[in-house]
Amino acid sequence: MPDLSSAPVPPAGPDDHVRGEGEEGLIVYADLGCPHCAAAWQRLREEPGRLVFRHFPVAAKHPRSPALHAAAEAAGRQGSFFEMVDSLYADRGRVDDPHLWERAQRFGLDLDRLEFDRRSPETEARIKRDFRSGIRGGVAGTPAVFDACTLVAVREREF
Amino acid sequence: MIAVGEQAPDFTLRNQDGEKVSLSDFAGRKVMLVFYPGDFSPVCGDQLSIYQEVKPEIEEKGVELVGVSVDSFFAHKAFQEKLGIDTVLLSDFEPKGEVARAYDSYVEKMGFANRTLVLVDEDGVVAWTYESPNPGEFPGANIIFDALS
Repeated sequence: MPDLSSAPVPPAGPDDHVRGEGEEGLIVYADLGCPHCAAAWQRLREEPGRLVFRHFPVAAKHPRSPALHAAAEAAGRQGSFFEMVDSLYADRGRVDDPHLWERAQRFGLDLDRLEFDRRSPETEARIKRDFRSGIRGGVAGTPAVFDACTLVAVREREF
Repeated sequence: MIAVGEQAPDFTLRNQDGEKVSLSDFAGRKVMLVFYPGDFSPVCGDQLSIYQEVKPEIEEKGVELVGVSVDSFFAHKAFQEKLGIDTVLLSDFEPKGEVARAYDSYVEKMGFANRTLVLVDEDGVVAWTYESPNPGEFPGANIIFDALS
């Protein structure tokens, strides 16, 4: 397994989750269970240009996060990644499995496939890949926003 | 901050279960002491939560992660349970901050330890240290892996 020592966050790649267009843009490491991410997402999603979303679930802080990231990743396999992300952030009180199924139906997704995909090793590996790149890039709390692979925004706190 | 190459001051503190733990208990193993301001603060919660995510890989490198703050062991237990973490948390409670002072990590005007990391090697010698510029920032887990690589 590659180590987790410091390394710049990778530039946007072809298998990143990308919203918008352009050569330049922001990369955000976010946790789908994090209320601060949900608030920031409402602004970030309106940013002009390209926006890359990378998974950074912190289960100890938000126990439901791994399931939510897996659901988003699985929805992405059916072309609805950002629909799921937007919906999860917009309605944070409805994140149990039945709520995920209801969303899948609303988005016109194949529910059986979603259920299979969100539990697959490929999904787990894909999420872990993002998380590890965030760790190596020094992500210490979410959301963490990078511009041209340089950290530009974190939440400021006293201690 | 205690200097690299110094013998790490031994101590005996209670863990989150009230059991006495000494630095000398770790003799022959490496231990990363994580001094942090206090249980239930937002940054401390993030720090220990993120470290928890990579704790197995820290342990694979032969290093035990141990948190230290001035909170009581009862608070440590509640904090550990709230976060769902299994990192050992030691209570530098009475005399308050005595161990943090011994490692020159205590911030007198704030009444708690600054956010510092101290790697103690198998022989009980300080092998590496890191001190955050202020308690509001914590070293990402990458900094720990930099120290261990």
